[in-house]
Amino acid sequence: MHIPDGLLDLRTASAAAGLSLPALWLALRRLRGGLQRRRVPLMGVAAAFLFAAQMLNFPVAAGTSGHLLGAVLGAVLLGPAAAVVVMTAVLLVQCLLFADGGLLALGANVLNMAIAASLGGYGVYRAVSRLLPGVHGLLVAAAFGSWCSTVLAAICCALELASSGVARWSLLFPALAGVHMVIGLGEAAITALVLAAILKARPELLTPSPGSRPERPRRLAAVGLAACLALLLFGLPFASSHPDGLERVATTLGFERRAAPAPLAAPLDDYRLPGMGSAAAATSAAGLVGTLVVFALAQLLATALAPRARAGQQPGPPA
Amino acid sequence: MRHDFLDRWSRIDSPLHRLPASLKLATTLLLLLAIVATPIARAPVFFAAIGALLVALAALSRVPPSHLAGRLLLLEPLALGGALLAAFQPDGTTRVLTILARSTLCLAAMLLLTSTTPFTELLGVLRRLRLPALLVTVLALLYRYLFVLADEAERMRRARRARSFVPRRTRSWPLLASLVGQLFVRSTERAERIYAAMGARGWR
Repeated sequence: MHIPDGLLDLRTASAAAGLSLPALWLALRRLRGGLQRRRVPLMGVAAAFLFAAQMLNFPVAAGTSGHLLGAVLGAVLLGPAAAVVVMTAVLLVQCLLFADGGLLALGANVLNMAIAASLGGYGVYRAVSRLLPGVHGLLVAAAFGSWCSTVLAAICCALELASSGVARWSLLFPALAGVHMVIGLGEAAITALVLAAILKARPELLTPSPGSRPERPRRLAAVGLAACLALLLFGLPFASSHPDGLERVATTLGFERRAAPAPLAAPLDDYRLPGMGSAAAATSAAGLVGTLVVFALAQLLATALAPRARAGQQPGPPA
Repeated sequence: MRHDFLDRWSRIDSPLHRLPASLKLATTLLLLLAIVATPIARAPVFFAAIGALLVALAALSRVPPSHLAGRLLLLEPLALGGALLAAFQPDGTTRVLTILARSTLCLAAMLLLTSTTPFTELLGVLRRLRLPALLVTVLALLYRYLFVLADEAERMRRARRARSFVPRRTRSWPLLASLVGQLFVRSTERAERIYAAMGARGWR
């Protein structure tokens, strides 16, 4: 999902940079201070680790392949501020060493993958792990959070591309969000698997919230949270007037520049492909359902992965 | 174990390589801005000129053209994917070609920059630009420890092969994940040693 140069117009690229720079600055400020100095080597090594992990490609469907983002993996292991800095470092190296992702588009890529993915996914992780405690809850939260982070990054990417006029929102949103809903499954699975492996080897690196199996009301609350997130993730961008407003303004202005007057409805109908107008709605509906499905899948995955012998207890250091 | 696989051609000698990194970075940035800001009407002439300039610079850099062409081809699918998204617009063909041309030229410019400038020099420029010290340190450590991690991963892969590992589809995902998890655990332990070493050498 690294946006190369030449796709974004200067206005969108500057706006994205304008949003990501303060966020990055805030993250760096939070990491200042004596206690955090110790973690700098860890952040450097984790950055190398995430960089290497991002090179892992897994087949998705019909010839496409997805790759790991690692934003939530980093956030769970290092904390959200450190994850933002580490992901930014990874993106910088990918841009400056491999030309993967444009230099002018760096602001947008950082916004999507270092900030939105890390912070959004981490927020989901914290909320879910608070509702579903224990090792099982941690894995559910991490898996679900990673899926959300991938989709969130894709939606931000679609917003930037739409704002640059590359294609219509009604095409970009289904294409990007849809594909990444599938790629996100791989991200969720790998994040959960890696965390489970770390829990087995060095459980003290992670601290799941204490507690035994949650009772019914808390589990229902967790499902409700997932549903609300689905509405936010998939309802808002589609329902929001902003992207459509942008297109409407552009179309209206273009229409006004035309010499011969024409009825307002006709040009829009000409440009719309059959079925494309409803593709965005279909994606939103799929997303709403898909979010709940992914949440259920995350539960299954966590049940399969969580150390069975110590179900419900806080894991102690290895003997 | 090859250690220069990442920065293979950036340390050879050529007129381009001898230029200061800040000049190359600034020029690349200006080139990128010029490519992105070119209006569609004047595009063909401008793009041809910039393309010719890039080819001339590539020849001057003494980097093997096969390496540059290979990397460009590797990255081209990204530009293609983005360009194809624009195909569904009314003046689709023009837009697709313009986006494709822009992206390819930008890619070529970036490739030239990365092939003629060692990453450590670029880091120096970033530090002089007052990029926050924490970020620069993380970048430097990232670059350095990529090679170390690659060595570690290769050792683990060899050990796995020595234990007669045969990849089977269903089992391969959990095994890959435990490998990755182990790699991270070893990375954290390595990080502790690095911190001690840095402290012992007076880093604050």
